[in-house]
Amino acid sequence: MAVAVPETNRAIDAVWRIESARLIAGLARMVGDVALAEDLAQDALVVALERWRESGVPENPGAWLMATAKRRAIDLLRRRKRLDRKHEELGREMDERQERAAPDLDAAIDDPVGDDLLGLVFLACHPVLSTEARVALTLRLLGGLTTEEIARAFLVPEATVAQRIVRAKRTLAEAHVPFEIPRGADLTVRLSSVLEVIYLVFNEGYSATAGDDWLRPELCEDALRLGRILAGLMPEEPEVHGLVALMEIQASRSRARVGPSGEPVLLFDQNRAMWDQLLIRRGLKALERAEGLCRTAGGALGPYTLQAAIAACHARARTPEETDWERIVALYDALGQLTPSPIVELNRAVAVGMAFGPEAGLEIVDTLVAEPALGNYHLLPSVRGDLLIKLGRVEEARKELLHAASLTRNKRERKLLMDRAAALG
Amino acid sequence: MRFMVIVKADKNSEAGVLPDKKILGDMGKFNEELVKAGVMLAGEGLQPSSKGARVRFDGAKRTVIDGPFAESKELVAGFWLWQVKSKEEAIEWLKRAPFGGGTEVELRQVFESEDFGAEFTPELREQEERIRRQIGAKR
Repeated sequence: MAVAVPETNRAIDAVWRIESARLIAGLARMVGDVALAEDLAQDALVVALERWRESGVPENPGAWLMATAKRRAIDLLRRRKRLDRKHEELGREMDERQERAAPDLDAAIDDPVGDDLLGLVFLACHPVLSTEARVALTLRLLGGLTTEEIARAFLVPEATVAQRIVRAKRTLAEAHVPFEIPRGADLTVRLSSVLEVIYLVFNEGYSATAGDDWLRPELCEDALRLGRILAGLMPEEPEVHGLVALMEIQASRSRARVGPSGEPVLLFDQNRAMWDQLLIRRGLKALERAEGLCRTAGGALGPYTLQAAIAACHARARTPEETDWERIVALYDALGQLTPSPIVELNRAVAVGMAFGPEAGLEIVDTLVAEPALGNYHLLPSVRGDLLIKLGRVEEARKELLHAASLTRNKRERKLLMDRAAALG
Repeated sequence: MRFMVIVKADKNSEAGVLPDKKILGDMGKFNEELVKAGVMLAGEGLQPSSKGARVRFDGAKRTVIDGPFAESKELVAGFWLWQVKSKEEAIEWLKRAPFGGGTEVELRQVFESEDFGAEFTPELREQEERIRRQIGAKR
């Protein structure tokens, strides 16, 4: 997009952020190629902004952009002489519809937009793509982020992200992935891939796995926004609301999780007055929604809803002592049955330690020590160290904390662990 | 980043006259767009200032002044809280709001914790730590 004035550039970015996902989605359904759809959308945006500078912004910029882009799509398809009869019919139909509907574009694009957007969500998170590719493509196409922004967020070179996106689009084209909303059993599998991508983005922001910062709030915001959009697109899916609830409640603690000099502050040491009550309320509301939908359907709570329910137990407690640990243990029990994993088990051990004493917690942790999947996971020795401190086994505790410090890749976290080990005297 | 969008009062809002059906419908649609885009965090309309009050602080003295208040252009009639990526995005959204008739709506960026950096004075930090210690002691 070649526009000279930076001021205008920022305005273009803003319009792009708002309109790009819907535009690309509508075009991708039409031309069946997401790379081409993105190019067409960008072209339309450039045309629009030139036109709008003279004639002012139309009443419904989204519809204007869509009409312009679709017209260009048809031109392009014609120019490429790839027009079979079907295309021609489609083109004629589009022209007619647009001429007829010109005064009422608003209504014409109102409804299918949601479906198009959802189609784009499922396309960007398609299992044929690697997780990294899904993340990059989702942030690019649905979050409206530039490759530069994505690169900065994930601390990788911009060229890497750009390449990842190009390759992802090519993979989708080569695999002839259809632009569609999956149904039935397929939907469950595909939806879990979408939720996974969004939560991955959130987690990368919430507890950065690499680098100097402990939190990258922008990524959390991007993930939350994607989650909220998805909740609007799939209002009947309990797990979508469960994920939104989980993210809102976790994000409510961001302010309290970082100390004055950027160091991490752990849950029980956080000043709860700094928790964002607005986000907590939003989270609890989304959780209620998820639980309600499960009740109506007569189904059990899904993994995100269970995790949100756990997060809610903390959010509701005004002081750490008020935490309902027994309920948290019960929720982890359910989560462990649904998605058995050593990490869930480790979390359950923490809850058991709080509800029934450090001895009981340590018993579970000790069964995990030999678990190969946790061999390099810094939180295992960190949790074990905590429980040992409570049991007065200081020497063992210090060793565990130092071991944990040697395993984390995050500098802030490493310092915290070293400090705690040193404080044991 | 978050922006607060502040809608100022006018004669009608101060008189407690509700907007007509058309405006309410348009506003509803706009709000729906904001929710769908994941931008809307909160939004409320406020009752006229005749139902409000002010508290004036003067040393140890507190004086309560009941509404209504005269300077209707300075009064707030409603607000939104939006989550956006840039000020430009907030402006772009606000341009799409269904207002008319010379209305002026104000956008203000909300402080985030990272903005406090230097302003987070040693005293504040100490206060923080004191609170944290108190919580710790209670445990």
